[in-house]
Amino acid sequence: MATKALSTSIATVSAGAMRRGRRALAPVILMLAPSLAVLLSVSIYPVFNGLWLSLRNTSLVFQTDAFIGLDNYSAMVADPKFWNAWRNTLVFTASSTALETVLGLLMALILFETFGGRGWVRASMLIPWAIPTVVTSKMFAWMFDGQNGIVNYLLRTAGLISGNINWYGSADHALLTIVIADVWKTTPFMALLLLSGLQTIPGSLAEAARIDGASEWQYFWRIRLPLLAPTLLIAALFRALDAFRIFDLVYVLTGGGPADATEVLSTLTYKTLFSALQFGPGSALSSAIFFTEMLIALCFGIAVTRKIKAVSR
Amino acid sequence: MNASDLVSGPILARRSGGGSARALLLRVGAILIVLWSVSPFLWQLSTAFQEDKKLVSSSPSFIPDPLTFIHFYNIFVIKKFQIYLLNSIIVAGTATLLCTLFGTLTAFALARLRVRYRFGILGLILTVSMFPQIAIVGPLYLIASQLGLLDTYISLIIVYLTFGLPLMIWVLFGYFSSIPREIDESAGIDGAGPFRTLFLITLPMSLPALVTTGLISFIAAWNEFMFALAFTSDIRHQTVPVGIANFQSLYFVPWGDLSAASVVVTIPLVLMVLFFQRQIISGLTSGAVKE
Repeated sequence: MATKALSTSIATVSAGAMRRGRRALAPVILMLAPSLAVLLSVSIYPVFNGLWLSLRNTSLVFQTDAFIGLDNYSAMVADPKFWNAWRNTLVFTASSTALETVLGLLMALILFETFGGRGWVRASMLIPWAIPTVVTSKMFAWMFDGQNGIVNYLLRTAGLISGNINWYGSADHALLTIVIADVWKTTPFMALLLLSGLQTIPGSLAEAARIDGASEWQYFWRIRLPLLAPTLLIAALFRALDAFRIFDLVYVLTGGGPADATEVLSTLTYKTLFSALQFGPGSALSSAIFFTEMLIALCFGIAVTRKIKAVSR
Repeated sequence: MNASDLVSGPILARRSGGGSARALLLRVGAILIVLWSVSPFLWQLSTAFQEDKKLVSSSPSFIPDPLTFIHFYNIFVIKKFQIYLLNSIIVAGTATLLCTLFGTLTAFALARLRVRYRFGILGLILTVSMFPQIAIVGPLYLIASQLGLLDTYISLIIVYLTFGLPLMIWVLFGYFSSIPREIDESAGIDGAGPFRTLFLITLPMSLPALVTTGLISFIAAWNEFMFALAFTSDIRHQTVPVGIANFQSLYFVPWGDLSAASVVVTIPLVLMVLFFQRQIISGLTSGAVKE
């Protein structure tokens, strides 16, 4: 800490000398140009291009490409398939985010304590995160297989079910299976995020609570949870942002079926773009996703700024 | 706040008698977390070595008996899985190298040189990182097809490079900013330009951060599915996730082959992650929960 403070003060003193030495513009441009060029042409331009396409009837099948105003959007909101996908996406986003936050908090509270082998437990938690989502989908497809799946076998052996459940093969359980797979994959990562938030709570508060005779339960509800709330909110929004765009898991596990029971906005968009080759309507869908995501991101930005302000106060 | 405040441990003093129950509870919790994290993968591993007829029997066995390598033979000799692997290594490897180079340059300029609108640029980069990929896949597909870049490595490399950049720039920006300025200051006095300072002084000091960010962007590129699916249509340029998603026999799902392929692509990732866990955790969480 002391050395850091020292180095900061040295840095402040020498900053003036530094600025004089580093005024040249050429290196700045050379260093910034590659990244900014790529981000502009591969991320920012395509988004605007997508908005533009959403106002046209571009189709690779009929070879049409003309400006049609908001027709794609009005067709979209008149389409029950859109509202079905919208509902499924919301249900998925809300339930997976809620489950992952609660379970992640539970895991983080366990990991916070000291016990033998904690490093190994933490390392094992990175495995679900590192496994490719496509592999996760196939893995869960096998585990939750309606006939030979190990999950049905274990539930049957434990006496919890009498007959096999047709998990992702039936409209009743398919979305649930996808939520389970997503919760498996993402909760450990959530726990690691929340753990790093827990570690910023000063130990002196625990000390004070102990002296005042607070129970562990009181300490959690009165001190830890309120102090962790900003981190929880940020982590949950971060998750929601990711959950709302879910694609890989659904596309590989169910393909949106059975009977559109798991069709989400991203898979519907992908099919409209690349199966039907309807780039106008597809772009209207993807723009709708874009605006919703930016709305979540805005909440996220506000939450982060608030937290930074609260910390620096 | 000093460092000793942040030491984790049993927070409240153990009450009489509560200590052992608490320790037991923790132990059970820890075991459950490990089971949660590794058991699906272990079942996949076991499946990869079991015969097809054992897999469809009414009572599955957890330990392969008899042990068979037929699924690995199937994926490498019949399904040419090594081609997907090679494609993935080329695409993810090149994207990661370029991403590290571009990200290093940008982060250094933002952290050390006089850049106008520095925080504006950082904010823009953060915003871009939140763009949903489905929003750009259509337009980029049309552009790539006009440029004749469909079914090439280069289109996927450029896309993955772009996806990796925001995290790379943010983490390296934080890391470079934490290096005492007087170190490259003295290099500046000795007459080194910004490029020499970066490559001779700052970069050698930043290897841990480079390893972390490089690994994270490699894993992201290795795992990416949607663009690989949209941009490629034949095995010569398809990556591993597309290969696995397309593993289908006409009459039944080849669970054993699928598991073998999953194991092959996952084991290197698992080993890397276990080896570099400390760096990866700090890299991943630094962006989200900044103090």
